[in-house]
Amino acid sequence: MLYVAIATRAFRRYSTYRAATLAGIFTNSVFGVIYSFAYLALWDANPTAGGYDQVDAVTYVWLGQALLMTIALWGGGTTDDLAERIRTGDVAIDLYRPVGLVGWYLASDLGRAAYHFLTRGIGPTVIGFLLFDIRLPAGPAAALGFAVSLVLAVVVSFAIRFLVAGTAFWLLDQSGVKVMSGAFAIFFSGMMLPLVLFPGWLGTLANALPWASYVQVPADIWLGKHTGSDLLAALAFQVFWIVVLLGCCHALLRAATRKVVVQGG
Amino acid sequence: MADVRTRPTAPVPAAGHLRTYGQIAWLWIRAAWQYPLSFVLLAVGNGMITALDFVGLWIMFAHLDDLAGFSLHEVALLYGAGSLGLGIADTAIGSVERIGTYVRTGRLDQMMTKPVPLLVQVCADQFTLRRLGRITQASVVFGWACTYVEWTPLRVLVAVSMVLSGAAIFFGLFVGFSCIQFWTTDASEFANAFTYGGATVTQYPLSIFTREVVVALTVVVPVAFANWYPALYILGREDPFGMPEWLQLASPVAAVVTVGAALLVWRGGVRHYTSTGS
Repeated sequence: MLYVAIATRAFRRYSTYRAATLAGIFTNSVFGVIYSFAYLALWDANPTAGGYDQVDAVTYVWLGQALLMTIALWGGGTTDDLAERIRTGDVAIDLYRPVGLVGWYLASDLGRAAYHFLTRGIGPTVIGFLLFDIRLPAGPAAALGFAVSLVLAVVVSFAIRFLVAGTAFWLLDQSGVKVMSGAFAIFFSGMMLPLVLFPGWLGTLANALPWASYVQVPADIWLGKHTGSDLLAALAFQVFWIVVLLGCCHALLRAATRKVVVQGG
Repeated sequence: MADVRTRPTAPVPAAGHLRTYGQIAWLWIRAAWQYPLSFVLLAVGNGMITALDFVGLWIMFAHLDDLAGFSLHEVALLYGAGSLGLGIADTAIGSVERIGTYVRTGRLDQMMTKPVPLLVQVCADQFTLRRLGRITQASVVFGWACTYVEWTPLRVLVAVSMVLSGAAIFFGLFVGFSCIQFWTTDASEFANAFTYGGATVTQYPLSIFTREVVVALTVVVPVAFANWYPALYILGREDPFGMPEWLQLASPVAAVVTVGAALLVWRGGVRHYTSTGS
């Protein structure tokens, strides 16, 4: 149960910063309020935009705020440690541990995500629930589906962040790629605007890209837009991207360990 | 830096500080260039974030004729002006947000021993040109929106003062709220609610909010002066909340008050600061 141990340690590590957590919940909530007003105005002018109603839209806003840190939308999380260890050369130690690098960092990122979900996820959701009219999961199936989808979302996001951090093997500094990747994530995850509003081919494209599994897929499951076989298809979509992206992570590691001389080595 | 140290009493302090700021900033530009590919990606990435931001607004308008009574080019004027002010302020003072890190690592002590005002050093530290992406994009949106305005000499004047006041107001907000970190070092994200939150608010017509929120955005976090009030004047629109009309011309005053308050808070913060090592 090595991976559980790693995850627990990561959970504890993040839980040391209490003031930061409170500040974060406050900030998420302020943004939640701003976006709620904006979406209320939008759905006031067009009550059926994207097949959502006003309550759906506001619920979507708060789900987005709850997911923001849990899935580390902006990048960051434990993959930032990896990028720093690649830059300093410490990754050499990680590489000769008898544990796979991907598994190690995935376990630790899941520990981080668990902490962020319990604080930065549930905190703003409660505040949103108190301030606005918010929909609860459509039923037990939706609630269970959301829980599964949330874990899958973290893994998809981890795989992309791992790939971004991995570019440091060649570039030494991940920050440029990280900002680019963050820009895509914000736009194509549905964080900025629900993907259901994206018109025509842009909507089709956005719904097919891995970022859709960050916010749009879990949120739609919560809102009860996917039921029955549709729900399974939505989860399968996330699993598909996990398989592809984790495959890429392993390929990247193989290429990196073969080609790159660790600094100081 | 050596240049500064040999002439500690510059005859014109303000100009001298500006020069020092420039020198430190140039140092950081050269440092960032050590990772050229990363530098380029950062600039492109930041430009992309702001561009996609506006695409989002544009998609919104694919479903609407107007947002809370404001058309796309009116919202673009608000968005462009707010974003331009934020971009200018953010380029000039980006590192103030990291003051907590400086306190924690003891770098602030190092800075205090140097013959350059602390605020100048902190603002110039880790100076980055990547924010130029935002300024460029905001200028384009603002320029486009301006073509729909019926200009009069006074409206031009208000527009210029709007951008400058906006930059000053955001400068004040960033400096002022970053000072929280003198008291609590790991709660820096608290400031984001007011700085970036305030910036996000300026993307929308304030008519989406309730009157109480607009009063708060006038008096507490005065971002309404960064674009909303002057833009109402430029567009010749009635204030939807019936606020006094003189507010539409009061942005420069709000800017001076905000910056003044921020500098006072900064001074209080620095005085309160005791080194982590002591």
